[in-house]
Amino acid sequence: MIPAPAFLSNPERFMAFSRWAAPMFGGLAVVLAIAGLWLGFAAPEDYQQGDTVRIMFIHVPAAWMSMFVYACLGTASFLSLVFRHALADAAAQAAAPLGAAFTALALITGSLWGRPMWGAWWVWDARMTSVLVLFLFYVAYMALRAALDDEAKAARAGAILALVGVVNLPIVKFSVDWWNSLHQGASVFRADGPTVADVFLYPLLLMALAYMSAFGSLWLVRIRGEVWRRRAEALALRAARA
Amino acid sequence: MSRISTLLARETALAWGKGGGPMVAVGFYAGVATLLPLAVGSEPERLAAIAPGAAWVALALAALLSLDRLFERDYEDGSLDLLTLSPVPLEIICAVKCLAQWLATGLPLALAAPVAAIALGASPQLSGLVIACALLGGLAFSFMGGIGAALSLGARRGGLLTAVIVLPLFVPPVIFGGGALASLDSGLPWKAGFALLGAYTAAAVALGPLAMAAACRNALS
Repeated sequence: MIPAPAFLSNPERFMAFSRWAAPMFGGLAVVLAIAGLWLGFAAPEDYQQGDTVRIMFIHVPAAWMSMFVYACLGTASFLSLVFRHALADAAAQAAAPLGAAFTALALITGSLWGRPMWGAWWVWDARMTSVLVLFLFYVAYMALRAALDDEAKAARAGAILALVGVVNLPIVKFSVDWWNSLHQGASVFRADGPTVADVFLYPLLLMALAYMSAFGSLWLVRIRGEVWRRRAEALALRAARA
Repeated sequence: MSRISTLLARETALAWGKGGGPMVAVGFYAGVATLLPLAVGSEPERLAAIAPGAAWVALALAALLSLDRLFERDYEDGSLDLLTLSPVPLEIICAVKCLAQWLATGLPLALAAPVAAIALGASPQLSGLVIACALLGGLAFSFMGGIGAALSLGARRGGLLTAVIVLPLFVPPVIFGGGALASLDSGLPWKAGFALLGAYTAAAVALGPLAMAAACRNALS
């Protein structure tokens, strides 16, 4: 098994770890975001896109995170379904709204970027549509969990749905190739190295790390909150029985 | 084998008769196809441009309609509990249920699809591919839809929840089928889209029952 979840699968150890890790990631996210935004605003205007290229530093990392968080959700769901681990389920439940928020951010900033560049708020091309579908998957996951009263059943039904949705992630990537579209093809993760100029690449990577840290921090905080909520509920039940 | 054929006969009879079945699905399909020109305008050239795609989307919506009866009725009257006790694996039972649903609604809808497409102004040469796509896609709609239906068992407002869960799952078959139809319509090679639709359907038929059975066990636990 993967070492990190194995170490953190002990709830007590997790609470001890997340207690200092969450604020640390949060602080790191702030520092990285400040550095990334500073470099981003200091970068020269793009010869084609002018000032609007700076939207990239907000938009592209959010789009990456939208997929990364779904991968986290899928992994946590898998662990919760196979090992019936309560913490893994809390992690899945906590990740979903964060992923939905990143996806919404990617869609909104993409729309704001599309207006000056393509002359349209929204274009039905492959990648944007797949990100929208990814957003719908997050919505469906949260709706399913909210609609089932029994928490154990909601956890497992949600995990099954999340794993079904994992099938969607490769299609997000694949559909870019299948549909020729207005949207720019992959330009950072390419075999022959990135085609983005360094002045844009460094702030972009800094922002990506900032987003990642922010997600790590918020995720840990939300899992801690979920653990406490369950603990409080168990205590209330015990008190009611007594 | 006789157990499975008995089950298939039971499921098909239930899906075919008793408040619904092919007439309701085809009626709904006809309704959507009728509303479309009323909303978009009846100019032939405008309608003809969207006819194959519109017929295809209406098909996906019509497939959604009968999903809530796939497991819900058996779950409520306890038949699902009995079915899980049978020696046939629950995965096979779920697959048979979806197959029966496809026989009762997907098949008639596939026959109605070219009629609707031509009525909207699509070229009659498309009919063959429309039927083939509707048959293949209907199978995918049934099996992917079954996942949503099984997951929302026991939920409040299950029908609406099923739609929210299932519509994102319908995206790839809608894309591939619509792509194949649009390509043939404009004289481009259509086989890629059709093959992808077939691949998606095969994956749905193979993997869907696993998810459905897990969801049913969870709902019954």
